[in-house]
Amino acid sequence: MSDASSHLDETTGGQEERGVSRRSVEWAVAALLFALAAIVIWDNQRIGAGWDDTGPQAGYFPMRIGIAVLVSALCVAWHVLRHPSKELFATWSQLKGVAQVLVPLTIYVALIGVLGIYVASALFIAAFMRYAGGYAWWKGIATGAITNLVLFVVFEIQFKVPLPKGPLEAWLGY
Amino acid sequence: MEDFGALMHGFSVVLSWHNMGLMFVGILLGIVVGVLPGLGGPNGVAILLPLTFGMSPTSAIILLSCIYWGALFGGAITSVLFNIPGEAWSVATTFDGYPMAQQGQAGEALTLAFTGSFLGAISGVLLITFLAPLVASFALEFGPPEFFAVFFLTFCSFIGMGKEAKAKIVAAMGVGLLLAAVGMDTISGELRMTFGSGELLRGFDFLVVVIGLFGISEILMTIEEGLAFKGKKARIDLKVVLKTWAGLPRYWMTMLRSSAIGCWMGVTPGGAVAASFMGYGLAKKFSRRGDHFGKGEAEGVLAPETAAHAAGTSALLPMLALGIPGSATAAVLLGGLMIWGLQPGPLLFTEQKDFVWGLIASMYMGNLAGLIIVLSTVPLFAAILRIPFSIVAPMILMVCAIGAFTVNGSSSDIWMMLIFGVVGYVFKKLDYPLAPMVLALVLGDRMEDAFRQSMLGSNGNIAVFWHNGLSGTIVTLALVLLFWPVIGAVLGKLRGQKDKLVADAA
Repeated sequence: MSDASSHLDETTGGQEERGVSRRSVEWAVAALLFALAAIVIWDNQRIGAGWDDTGPQAGYFPMRIGIAVLVSALCVAWHVLRHPSKELFATWSQLKGVAQVLVPLTIYVALIGVLGIYVASALFIAAFMRYAGGYAWWKGIATGAITNLVLFVVFEIQFKVPLPKGPLEAWLGY
Repeated sequence: MEDFGALMHGFSVVLSWHNMGLMFVGILLGIVVGVLPGLGGPNGVAILLPLTFGMSPTSAIILLSCIYWGALFGGAITSVLFNIPGEAWSVATTFDGYPMAQQGQAGEALTLAFTGSFLGAISGVLLITFLAPLVASFALEFGPPEFFAVFFLTFCSFIGMGKEAKAKIVAAMGVGLLLAAVGMDTISGELRMTFGSGELLRGFDFLVVVIGLFGISEILMTIEEGLAFKGKKARIDLKVVLKTWAGLPRYWMTMLRSSAIGCWMGVTPGGAVAASFMGYGLAKKFSRRGDHFGKGEAEGVLAPETAAHAAGTSALLPMLALGIPGSATAAVLLGGLMIWGLQPGPLLFTEQKDFVWGLIASMYMGNLAGLIIVLSTVPLFAAILRIPFSIVAPMILMVCAIGAFTVNGSSSDIWMMLIFGVVGYVFKKLDYPLAPMVLALVLGDRMEDAFRQSMLGSNGNIAVFWHNGLSGTIVTLALVLLFWPVIGAVLGKLRGQKDKLVADAA
């Protein structure tokens, strides 16, 4: 990932748009796949990847798949090495856009555990509309609240599918 | 003729008020799913699958398969009006569909796209009606080696026919197979790759993975591309429809060719994406107006849509007859079958007649109803895309989160969805194909079982896969497909040399 960070200090002043090079991400993914395959091979080796009197052992099949992934990760890395290109994975402004969704989404998922899915979703919609869309707070909150009221009726009452609930629902008696 | 009676019985099952209502709801939902970014066929079906657990399997499959048809139709709306392919297989539709819309012929382009879809789908359904029972009765003779051979053929054809780098296809497929193996081993009861974690004990649920890979990642892609929904307006009235239809017979050859390509690519899992491009390419090659392609040629809309839908529909043939899906959505539907307690595979045709023929009948009805609904409601769905993204995006993400939760009622699955969303985003950007990964995840366990059972039967002798003509042929065919790029290159070289020799001699 070293050439990704080297782009960082060049972001100002350049004519063309800067970003993370595709090459570095290709490397990173190939390395991750390699590591994953190595762990898989090791773990299946541990539980037995060979042959005993009852036939192929539990690790027999996964280990061979692990080897296939390992080899293909090496092939990808080899290909990246052989074909240098200046192509970008994504520009910094694109990545910023992605982060603007990914960060709130992570907070939202964390909040589901605390507040339950209805309240967390209402807040998520309200905050997203406020910060990404520039809507007034009351519009966001109204949209979030109405959407989740509908959801509550559909899931809890109509289909009787329980979704994660939090303190508000407990206070209301659900 | 026995099958004809069964099909008629299927129609009587479908034509109840309850099932017709579900069909209608399914198609409307499907169009919404197809139109919205981030919700496509596979994850739309995956999200709604948990809501069908309480229904009878026949009603459930009617609802879900209609979502699939709706999504196929919906993809064309965004391609033509917004130049945004809602699904990968609608990419070729944008080539001529969007230029037509720019020239004020949006109504014609949409009519062509929908009609092409309909004809393609119907040719796929006809194929299923006549071929699937035959394939299924043939497959009743299958033992583990034959089943393994068919699985192997499926995966090899992905590798051989895929446009992505071969190493990446193998890697994506391998990851899918490994994810399928996590958890309790069904044969020995041993724990595999759980690393002492209780969460991993259950293994990875493919529905959660699908919602992340296709749903969350799609939103991330859309955000990255900057979300300029600049759409063309479309009005479809009966006059435009009838006028366009009157011009259709001219293109009978294109439609026939595209249907044939689509059916072939759907049954061998080459997929709808490849089919649509092939349909487009061949239509361009054979058309007298080939030069006009890409500038708003009617044939250029008709050809890819017909091929894509023929492929999308006939992808259900191997799913029904063999229990091996030909596309990602078919894989999700197959997962549904298992959840509803049906064993996918050739036995379905003998043991679950109502279900199978109800489904086939609903394919005819669903596509017909879909065509009518979609032609009459285009402005409505085009309007959905004009809702600002900052309102639609959080709602789509919320629906994905709910979908991931309801699969098993587990909050950790929502985290899993998030992680696979990021994986899907990175994989998409680096051209790791997602469809073989999902297919591998769904089929992994059964492929492994087939493999181990065949190995047990033969005491580890790999020659068991050539023990009779059938599995031998399939395995050999699979190997040919697997090494097709190499074989093709060698053949090309040989032919090149021959041409050179001929040229030298002359």
